[in-house]
Amino acid sequence: MAKKLPLKSLFITLGLAVCVNSYSKSRLDSIQKLPEVVVKAQSYKEVIPAQKLNGKQLEALNSHSVADAVRYFSGIQIKDYGGVGGIKTVDIRSMGTNHMGVFYDGIQLGNAQNGQIDLGKFSLDNIEEISLYNGQKSDIFQPAKDFGSAGTLYLKTRRPSFHNGKTYNLKTIFRTGSFGLVNPSFLYEQKLSSTINLSLNTEYINANGKYKFRYKKVFSDGTLAWDTTATRQNGDIESLRLEATIFGRLNTGQWNLKFYYYDSEKGIPGAIVNNVWKNSQRQWDRNFFTQGSFQKQFGDSYELLINAKYARDYMRYLNPDTTLMYIDNKFWQDEIYISAANKYSIQKNWDVNLSLDYQWNTLDATLTNFASPTRNTLLIALATSLRWNRVKALASVLGTFVSDKSIASSGTGSVSKISKRQNELTPALFLSYQPSNNLPLNIRAFYKRIFRMPTFNDLYYTDIGNADLNPEFVDQYNVGLLYSDYFDGFVSRILLKSDVYYNYVKDKIIAVPKGTGQYRWMMMNIGIGKIRGIDVNIQSDFRVFRKAKFSLNLNYTYQKAQDYSDPTDNEPEAGTYKGQIAYIPWHSGSVVASANWKCFDLNYSFIYVGERYHNSSNIRANYEQPWYTHDISGCYRFKFSKMQVSATLEVNNLLNQYYDVIMNYPMPGRNYKLILKFEI
Amino acid sequence: MKKIILAIFTLSVIISCRHDDEIFIPESLSVSTPEFTSIKGFYLLNEGNMGSNKSTLDYYNCTTGIYTRNIYGNANPNVPKEMGDVGNDLAIYGNRLYAIINCSNKVEVMDVATTKRIGQIEIPNCRYIKFHKGYAYVTSYAGPVEINPDYQQIGYVAKVDTTTLEIVDRCLVGFQPDGIEIVEDKIYVANSGGYMVPNYENTVSVIDINTFEETNRIGVAVNLHYVLADRHGCLWISSRGDYYETPSRLYCYDVRKKRLVAALDVPVSDMCIQGDSIYIVSAGWSHISSSYSITYAIVDVNLKEKITDNFITDGTESKIKMPYSVAVNPITKDIYITDAKNYVNPGTLYCFDRDGVLKWNVRTGDIPAHFAFVGEQSISN
Repeated sequence: MAKKLPLKSLFITLGLAVCVNSYSKSRLDSIQKLPEVVVKAQSYKEVIPAQKLNGKQLEALNSHSVADAVRYFSGIQIKDYGGVGGIKTVDIRSMGTNHMGVFYDGIQLGNAQNGQIDLGKFSLDNIEEISLYNGQKSDIFQPAKDFGSAGTLYLKTRRPSFHNGKTYNLKTIFRTGSFGLVNPSFLYEQKLSSTINLSLNTEYINANGKYKFRYKKVFSDGTLAWDTTATRQNGDIESLRLEATIFGRLNTGQWNLKFYYYDSEKGIPGAIVNNVWKNSQRQWDRNFFTQGSFQKQFGDSYELLINAKYARDYMRYLNPDTTLMYIDNKFWQDEIYISAANKYSIQKNWDVNLSLDYQWNTLDATLTNFASPTRNTLLIALATSLRWNRVKALASVLGTFVSDKSIASSGTGSVSKISKRQNELTPALFLSYQPSNNLPLNIRAFYKRIFRMPTFNDLYYTDIGNADLNPEFVDQYNVGLLYSDYFDGFVSRILLKSDVYYNYVKDKIIAVPKGTGQYRWMMMNIGIGKIRGIDVNIQSDFRVFRKAKFSLNLNYTYQKAQDYSDPTDNEPEAGTYKGQIAYIPWHSGSVVASANWKCFDLNYSFIYVGERYHNSSNIRANYEQPWYTHDISGCYRFKFSKMQVSATLEVNNLLNQYYDVIMNYPMPGRNYKLILKFEI
Repeated sequence: MKKIILAIFTLSVIISCRHDDEIFIPESLSVSTPEFTSIKGFYLLNEGNMGSNKSTLDYYNCTTGIYTRNIYGNANPNVPKEMGDVGNDLAIYGNRLYAIINCSNKVEVMDVATTKRIGQIEIPNCRYIKFHKGYAYVTSYAGPVEINPDYQQIGYVAKVDTTTLEIVDRCLVGFQPDGIEIVEDKIYVANSGGYMVPNYENTVSVIDINTFEETNRIGVAVNLHYVLADRHGCLWISSRGDYYETPSRLYCYDVRKKRLVAALDVPVSDMCIQGDSIYIVSAGWSHISSSYSITYAIVDVNLKEKITDNFITDGTESKIKMPYSVAVNPITKDIYITDAKNYVNPGTLYCFDRDGVLKWNVRTGDIPAHFAFVGEQSISN
């Protein structure tokens, strides 16, 4: 078991946190900075506000991808397989990665194939704001899909705004550093008319993904047993992203139309095991989508929001290693999505909303006996929100009607069509109460029941899929408080948030072995998980002296995530029954400190993930070490004729800790990045 | 601010720091009473799930009744990343222990008495091992590496000189060869074709041991797995079936008559021959019935018939989730059955007496699977 050596980490944390100055960013600033196109619906405040990262705060985090940034939210565990191109998925409050809905500019990113969104794929380059909601965004005016996940992450791209009579903006960013990274990006924004703006954004990433990693073991007396350092291979990536968006403003509304294209080839670095220090699997992805949104208020009390999307995804997986099973599989997915949300204000403080969504998904693959499934989903959400004195309430009910069609194959050719239906009704209730008008304190609570549909892989993947699967249900209970106040003195702002929660996951879809034959798996609804947790978030801003600001953001999460799947596996300690679920640390948290003085920014961040086990049998052989990284960055901004220039140097994993997030997937040690930004 | 510092301080007291990984100290526990026969004990190889690098060795000492888990790391503290990824076979020849580590592409060679590493034989995707007159014969799924768009992964048998641990010859066989047996100067190799779904292999390759060339093939059934010889010159060959219409079955081939002499409707996950009895465990999933069927069968090699469907007589079978492997002590006839559970949790080893009554059970590593008995004759399974 881990020795308790608290002080070392504490003082490293504190020491660095305190000696660094920082610029601060109050809530008011962020409101003032809201872009020109203001979304009207946001004037109604959410019952439970999101955890948010935006603007400078986001820039301060030394993050390469959205996944890196999301680590700073409480209640989040990231599964990171390491490197620039490595897969990174997010688990919210230990319910499993499939329960997280990810929305890109208001419309959900789908992956009907495996239900997982690789957040490593989304660069922060043009992301203006990331918001995380437990349960759902507690705002009723949204598509039915927004009611349909246990946790939701919203990625908002930058919207054009033009100052001082300018009609265009030009921004070029160049990033380089460790891992052979070459990462230019280019943003051009043009004012087309007084109500229409255009934004073009492209980004190219090339990295060889090579980095040193080290594994070592010692004897119990501390002397070295073995120590080996090697270079991570096959972690290269080359990707190109193109995005074009037209933003339009209406009298009492707005619209936008977006085109997105992503193309990448990457190596899959794989697990480092005895005698295997290099893998050769490759993956290609091509994602295209186009989506549009139209929002308008009619009269005083009716508002309409229409969203539509078409997406096509291509994925190829190649195992060219002839000593292993040769695999060259290609997958194609199509998605069509349309949605209409209708909000009606019955009274000034009482709104109702009816949303109707329809989605169509298909998956095709070059696999033998592939089921080629098609899924039709109809979602109907009815929601109401009420403000009464210092009480805010929101109640919603979501009806999900899914029907699948697929081809069932029985080995040598006999084929039959099967169809599968699933209809579910799931409620949610959100409450917030401010005990006194004079006290900036809110008490909030929510309950939500939701499920995730088995993915196409769960149901239909040749040989592994199990068409008899049921949805995986989650009940979430949450009680918390929010205290937020502004001051005139040294401390300019304090925000304290804390939530206590209980999640009950039932019919969890788990891969179980089939027997007779090696490593043949199938999916079954056998998992039960009970998760009890506490999130604490403290944000504070300080005015050190004139023009010098400092801010400190602390996050802490405690989770007791227990596996209740198999009551018969109850041997003391070694049994999985009531064992801590794989890869969920009891303790995790982060510290972010930023200082700002004139043209200088300094940022420091610290992430801590406590001891874990890679299996819910919490025995010594399954123990995984805690890991923590210290990242720092400094930025200098200056003007060069008409150009605004900034230069940032990042040092990540400053203390060069060699660690695994996932067993046998080594993470990089100390690494560097240089970022140059030019804006006109 | 003070409160914040206090909070951090309190937190740092309850959370812990990273420390150096220590060599795993084996866990020993007394599970049974000592027995004194020419069998001193046995090694048990845990496969470990793919990518986990958790293939481990356990040892049961019959003379003390003590079971010791995870001994390799401590016996070989200077080997980086320990024993490796996915053990697939275990055997003793002379005073050496051979562990086939499939995904680490090697045969680990150790001293039987101390479990200390002697060396390794690099064989990509190696599967099963048998010995004959100073040579080890190892099946491998990995074909020759060549650039060819229509490349097909024909497997081979590697011939290894056990004195030098060098590969001296290779003989190509069918696709994805698994089990291997040697009878009267002939090597028999069960070809599975497991990578060729649904076009499985259905033959046993016969290799002349002197010329080390394939002489012919015997058609048996799809997706062959094990081939074991009984003492009457018959080969018992198991087929995994295609997991759809064709079930797993057991076949008997008479090497003198050169023909199949029996086909038994007995599914096989693992089997071993002891005397004239074949002990068989199976846990098969059927796509058609969407259920498992589990059996603990004994087949009599003379009658060529199944004589029981459940040799466990005390009801212990209800505790076993995924019977994965079976072995029988050649002297005491105790029966060992491993439970691999869900492949990711630690497994369990059950020891039954010859009448099928539970004697003891113990937690093992992940996916306990392959036995090698240590004794005068060093009989392996």
